[in-house]
Amino acid sequence: MKKDRFSIVGQSLPKIDAWAKVVGETKFADDMVMSRMANGKLLRSPHAHALIKRIDTTRARALPGVYAVITGHDLPRVKFGILPVSQDEEALCTEKVRMVGDAVAAVAAVDEETAERACRLIEVDYEPLPALMSIQESLAHPEVRIHEYGDGPNVHKNVALQFGDVDAAFARADLVREDVFYFEGNTHLPMEQHAAVAHWAADGKLTLWSSTQTPHYVHRLLAKILDVPAAHVRVVAAPVGGGFGGKLDPFAHEIAACKLAQLTGRPVKIACSREEVFYIHRGRHPVLMWIKTGFTRQGDLTGCHLRTWLDGGAYGSYGVASTFYTGVINPVTYKMPVYKFEGARVFTNKPPCGPKRGHGTPQPRFALECQLDKAAEQLGLDPADMRRRILAEPFTKTANHLTVTTIGLGDCIDKVVDASGWRDKRPRYQAAAADAAAKPLWQSRKRKGIGIACSAYMTGAGTAIYWNSMPHSGVVVRADRSGGVTVLCGATDIGQGSDSILAYLVAEVLGIDPKDVHVHPADTSLTPVDLGSYSSRVTLMCGQAAIQAGERLRAVIFKAVAAKLGVAPAALVARERKVGVPDDWDKALTFAQAVELGEAMHGVLAFPGSYAPPKRAGKYKGGGVGPSPCYSYSACVVELTVDEDTAAIELSDVWIAHDIGRALNPLLVEGQVEGSIYMGIGEALMEEQVFRKHLHKTPSMLDYKSPTTLETPEIHTFLVETDDPEGPFGAKEAGQGPLLPVIPAIANAVYQATGVRLDEVPITPDKILKGLELKRQGKTARIGPDKLPLFTFKQPLAVDSAFGQPADAIAVRPFVDEPKS
Amino acid sequence: MPTLLTLTINGEERDVLAPAHKTLLEVLREELNLTGTKHGCELGECGTCTVLVDGDPILSCLALPVECQGREIRTVEGMAEGGRLHPLQQAFAELGAAQCGYCTPGILLTAEALLVNVPTPTREEIKHALAGNLCRCTGYTKILDAVELAALRMRGEAQPPASRARQS
Repeated sequence: MKKDRFSIVGQSLPKIDAWAKVVGETKFADDMVMSRMANGKLLRSPHAHALIKRIDTTRARALPGVYAVITGHDLPRVKFGILPVSQDEEALCTEKVRMVGDAVAAVAAVDEETAERACRLIEVDYEPLPALMSIQESLAHPEVRIHEYGDGPNVHKNVALQFGDVDAAFARADLVREDVFYFEGNTHLPMEQHAAVAHWAADGKLTLWSSTQTPHYVHRLLAKILDVPAAHVRVVAAPVGGGFGGKLDPFAHEIAACKLAQLTGRPVKIACSREEVFYIHRGRHPVLMWIKTGFTRQGDLTGCHLRTWLDGGAYGSYGVASTFYTGVINPVTYKMPVYKFEGARVFTNKPPCGPKRGHGTPQPRFALECQLDKAAEQLGLDPADMRRRILAEPFTKTANHLTVTTIGLGDCIDKVVDASGWRDKRPRYQAAAADAAAKPLWQSRKRKGIGIACSAYMTGAGTAIYWNSMPHSGVVVRADRSGGVTVLCGATDIGQGSDSILAYLVAEVLGIDPKDVHVHPADTSLTPVDLGSYSSRVTLMCGQAAIQAGERLRAVIFKAVAAKLGVAPAALVARERKVGVPDDWDKALTFAQAVELGEAMHGVLAFPGSYAPPKRAGKYKGGGVGPSPCYSYSACVVELTVDEDTAAIELSDVWIAHDIGRALNPLLVEGQVEGSIYMGIGEALMEEQVFRKHLHKTPSMLDYKSPTTLETPEIHTFLVETDDPEGPFGAKEAGQGPLLPVIPAIANAVYQATGVRLDEVPITPDKILKGLELKRQGKTARIGPDKLPLFTFKQPLAVDSAFGQPADAIAVRPFVDEPKS
Repeated sequence: MPTLLTLTINGEERDVLAPAHKTLLEVLREELNLTGTKHGCELGECGTCTVLVDGDPILSCLALPVECQGREIRTVEGMAEGGRLHPLQQAFAELGAAQCGYCTPGILLTAEALLVNVPTPTREEIKHALAGNLCRCTGYTKILDAVELAALRMRGEAQPPASRARQS
């Protein structure tokens, strides 16, 4: 379909749920009220690591207004986790707590206050154990074990992969750099605190309404955790008030609400407090990185070797995937012929880390892009030109066997370089920075800097969390005689607009208005499975399934209308809520009439669409993490000012160009890009999830600093369309990729302004001042880690590099309709 | 002990029986089922629960209803009048200024108070007015755009195009 043939796609339309949101009608989980509903609360551990010797709930049970009190002994004794390989969690801990905030008991009561009072009456005897609060501590104390499983004492996962001979690649290089970086952990901080309402009805069936990004995985796991048939469990995704990856695991409050609902015979709501949300976490892993890269004089990469150490926290969560993601996506951006990756995720007695926007990739992206900046300087190359030169080739494979399709990164770089005035500003600021240093103290010593970085990100994970051959996304499109259409899909709208995208695509295919399309919220009893809102997969996967379902419906409608009009079905088009022959449009039938004809001929008009990604996983152990139908690309230039006396950083402008494949709705794409930049700025300059004496140092929205309107720069967004063959009408992702280049672009701009290399985020004024002081003392003006853990990675799995091989001519994708001749 | 409160909310007088220590946020949501007012921290840190009292934005999680008796309380449910959206609501929907929509009610009311006092705000003034309202989705840019658009429309001036991004 040509671009000018679209009627809905490419329009900046409002989201279909925007109207409910601006009048306050959207019912989030905590807005739900049911008759006889009880309120629940969790009692959480004050110890980071301790054995539970005794729990006595007698006094709590006796409190008037308390309906039920449970501990882990009231639940089936089964451990769970989102990944089949890391089943290490209990909703309510029975023998041991592994972090402050681990839940040990739960109460349902007449109201929240009574539930809280009852929690305080529960007596728990703990026997404290030594708490391990950092990667170094956990590795140094193998005698203290947080878990009994994993790839070594307190080592959750150890990965080692080698694609080609890196030593030979370094020997070929004109310049070999080794750098060490540290990326501090941070958290999602969704505005909505997690909440869930459970109802175990008299018929013995359970319904859970929850602010979750993945009702399907919650459904599967609830059946296992509660030991009830999955057929009798229904999970409904309430509108999610911000996710960013923080609502992707099954959580203690969801499970406890279900059990309490069963025991009390009442609906039970548990709404977490903001402090609890900081401890629930599953956010950005703190990652220590060592990266060694070989460069030719012209700036080509000869090879790269990356080592990452992830501070995983107390549980597995998505950690095995996170570990792989710190290594597998970097080769997608530039020509990197040889690659070696070693990663280790270490357990600590802190809230577990997991997937946050960009899942595992912002950290190594920061390392790579800052290292490229350093190499460009050493080689005397312009960092934008150097990147432009080494872009990966479209429709080839990477060293680690990932297939890349379209790449719009060259255009992206050109756009941000032109729009930002890079060629003019860069030399000017360089000269001015030198000049500012010489200025006396009584003159303004503000220095400007401009920096660039690029990135790539997946448009959906190529493999599911649990191994299966079923669709990753399913859609049912149903037409009714009114001319309205209902879309059933298990996708979860977390604010990114996935429900709207479904409406636009179905409306486009059927030639109707998005307002004519009703999109039902994700409901495991009603909507076909979609795996969840993660890995930027929804637009592509649900979109392709929606197009397929819509086309199947359209084919039947066309057949019936063709019979009525006495023309061939192929002569018909659907647009403007009509179906007819373009040259004889007066005779076109209304869409509602067409539906009636279709239903008369065919019976009920309800058609499924299914999507599963092309089967392209690398044929080696671990090859399942990283493949994606296609990758988005972003280039970012940041301009900022640093006050040399206070080291206050003021971001004035961000230019970003994003290869979106096709913008199905440019307004929503911009919204995702702007939100990603914002979140990148927060991570680069202020956000950190850190601990002091086993406790979260800043578990409040005031103390955990995040950007406000006042820290918002002017954002200049450019969308580059590459019309990817894998995407729905050519679209790729937008929700995560644009975050990635922002952080290193800021670090590179700060370097240009101050001459201080910040090899560690967040980049805060105190660190810059320390760097400036080092510079004054004539020392290396670098702030960042200088020690690496004593740790031996396992023998790497050696696989031949697939670099430069052409992409498979035909992508084999399941569930695709045979083209009709 | 529950206290009888008489509150004027969105122009309607409502009698509520609630414990005196309950916050305005709790009374609005739990006693009056006005769940358009959201909560992000219940500690006065995020601005999510903002409502207007006599036209001024206040944090309902820190306000006691007894203090609000005899004063005009305005929540997001009161912004649309006679089935017509407030220009701010219209602009927020059109420009994608509400993503997850959770912070939206508080931001709409804060912006409304600004536009009543400053009909022609600069972007800087809008930023300052909204500096106490956190949003994690939008990066604020579309929110600032939407407030500017609503201000223009409320003054009867021209409407800029919806999308600012350049495509190629």
